[in-house]
Amino acid sequence: MLKIEELHASIEDKEILRGVNLQLKPGEVHAIMGPNGSGKSTLASVLIGREGYQVSGSVTYEGQDLLTLSPEERAAAGVFLAFQHPVEIPGVGNMYFMRTALNSLRRQRGEEELDPVDFLALAQEKMKLVEMDQTFMNRSVNEGFSGGEKKRNEILQMAILEPKLAILDETDSGLDIDALRVVASGVNALRSEGRSMLVITHHQRLLDYIVPDQVHVMTAGRIVRSGGKDLAVELEAHGYTGTQEADAGRLSTAGISR
Amino acid sequence: MTVLSAASGVLAGFEPRLGARDPAWLAEARVAALQWVGEHGFPTHKDEDWKYTGLAPILAVPFDAATVASGIRVTAEMIDEAAVDLGGPRLVFVNGHFSSEFSRVTGVPAGAVVTTLAAVLAAGPDRLEPFFAHAPGVRHAFAAFNDALAEDGAFIHLPSGTIVDEPIQLVYFSDTGGVPLIFSPRSVIIADSHSRATIVETYAGVDSDVYCTNAVTELLLAEDAHIEHYKVQNEPTSAFHVALLSVRQGRGSRFSSRSIMLGASIARHEVRVQLDGVGAEVSLDGVYLPQGDQLHDNTIFVDHAATDCTSHQLYKGVLDGRAHGVFNGHIMVRHGADGTDANQKNKNLLLSDRAEVDTRPRLEIYTDDVKCTHGAAVGQMDEEALLYLQTRAIPLEAARGLLIYAFVHEMVDRIELDPLRAQLERVVATRFGSDATVVAP
Repeated sequence: MLKIEELHASIEDKEILRGVNLQLKPGEVHAIMGPNGSGKSTLASVLIGREGYQVSGSVTYEGQDLLTLSPEERAAAGVFLAFQHPVEIPGVGNMYFMRTALNSLRRQRGEEELDPVDFLALAQEKMKLVEMDQTFMNRSVNEGFSGGEKKRNEILQMAILEPKLAILDETDSGLDIDALRVVASGVNALRSEGRSMLVITHHQRLLDYIVPDQVHVMTAGRIVRSGGKDLAVELEAHGYTGTQEADAGRLSTAGISR
Repeated sequence: MTVLSAASGVLAGFEPRLGARDPAWLAEARVAALQWVGEHGFPTHKDEDWKYTGLAPILAVPFDAATVASGIRVTAEMIDEAAVDLGGPRLVFVNGHFSSEFSRVTGVPAGAVVTTLAAVLAAGPDRLEPFFAHAPGVRHAFAAFNDALAEDGAFIHLPSGTIVDEPIQLVYFSDTGGVPLIFSPRSVIIADSHSRATIVETYAGVDSDVYCTNAVTELLLAEDAHIEHYKVQNEPTSAFHVALLSVRQGRGSRFSSRSIMLGASIARHEVRVQLDGVGAEVSLDGVYLPQGDQLHDNTIFVDHAATDCTSHQLYKGVLDGRAHGVFNGHIMVRHGADGTDANQKNKNLLLSDRAEVDTRPRLEIYTDDVKCTHGAAVGQMDEEALLYLQTRAIPLEAARGLLIYAFVHEMVDRIELDPLRAQLERVVATRFGSDATVVAP
């Protein structure tokens, strides 16, 4: 599904990713944890094709070189990012936005487009997953949405676009426990054999709800440790500092206190 | 007599248009107007209201005044393409002169007058005196020039209580056939108390014809009159367009004007509204979409001279290429105009590094009991929003189009006439590649 090899990325001559290696099989959910500034979000950005990075190394997605594709081509190929900070787009209706997105995706795949009536039926079905009602669809994209509403809106888009690789960037940030539960249950409902997920998070809390197959610890632009879901619990208990000791010398400043 | 030497360039050669049967007041007004232009010249960058709009390209062209309805190439199809037929009364002016061939005066209620300025000048011009016999130069040189040269345009009189259901369409179409011409259409609209109508002005012409439209449209709204005005300026980029929309409003009257500025190489749309009667309301909106080397200037003056009046302005521009936009909005609240509620907003989206906007919202307030707000914004395409759309499989060009459409859709929504709204949607879709017709939720 996804194979990342020796991925380096820098911005304005500052190296942020310093040789990331990661492999994701179909249906697997991997968590990437790490302190602020460790490069987690940069990894997500590079995977979806955000401009401004000098990138080397390779990312193979379903047998093709992902790094040569434009963001929209990656999306059409089934890569999805749930943004940490979903963008507000005044003047574009949420419903229209999602229909345009789905139809753009279908067009690029040579599939038939959905008319508004069929799309509405589809959207209403998916909205139940994240407990959203019609009023959200009639508003401008994310405009005036609360933090929780924005994150639910991201998961709704994921449900509608049905990606093969979903990257969730700090989806738990800014959520209270009820909102977290709704978002997580939406994500869990979308887990399937053919769909892989990369869950980027700062806190172990999210992983109580979205239980990963593997956990990777990222510090200073590298994955320094990998393990099963228990690794997250260990991190929760001991913090990232313990992990850093394994890679001492190079990683002296990062870390969060818990 | 010709314009004296102070007037710049080739326009100095003009003589006032004096008809043999013109009443003395008209002849005097025309001579005085031209004399004023001769003495004061055309505006320069030193004039506050023209600071950002250079007129040298206009003043350098050896224009002739248009005389008879020439326009030999004009066909009904060309008119229809320029101005979608709205089905109601429709006055078409070719090269500044009324064309009966393309016009239609039906659907006008008994008592209402929908005719031409030329007809009124011929039959009994005295009712026009208040519109010409003002002190010369109270406005500006172009308006004075229009005073001196205007021969034709629309004349509309709505007696008390008259309601015209269908929009009254005024189409100014130019076809100069290679001769650079200057047109001076003058339209006068008098809405007596409790009358109601929608007026749509469209300015267009044959591509690559060099000409200058110097239009003046005047409206007088009596008590509780209600006029909705639209203006579509779609002149070819080989042409110039200078226009003044001058409005006086009586007690409780309501006026709205929505301007769609698309064409011309240099275009200036000036709106002056005088709120004379208690509780009058005015709403002025404009969208301007200059690209290439176009300059679009919106200059607005709203004069709150009575109590409890309301004025709203919202102007939005999308500028591409080396285009230049000017917003010069001035609200004056006179001493004693208590209860004034006035706001003005100007927002600009720059699509290119070389595009430029000068925006200057101004409030001048001489009383305390007022609610006034104003603001201006100039921004570029939101890169983060573009990326967001792209990650949702929407190709970059379509994403750009969608964001541009989102920026102007507020203006599109304010157009209550379906054919006009559709026209603007088409223009936006064509210019910016958006799938605009389906965006509106």
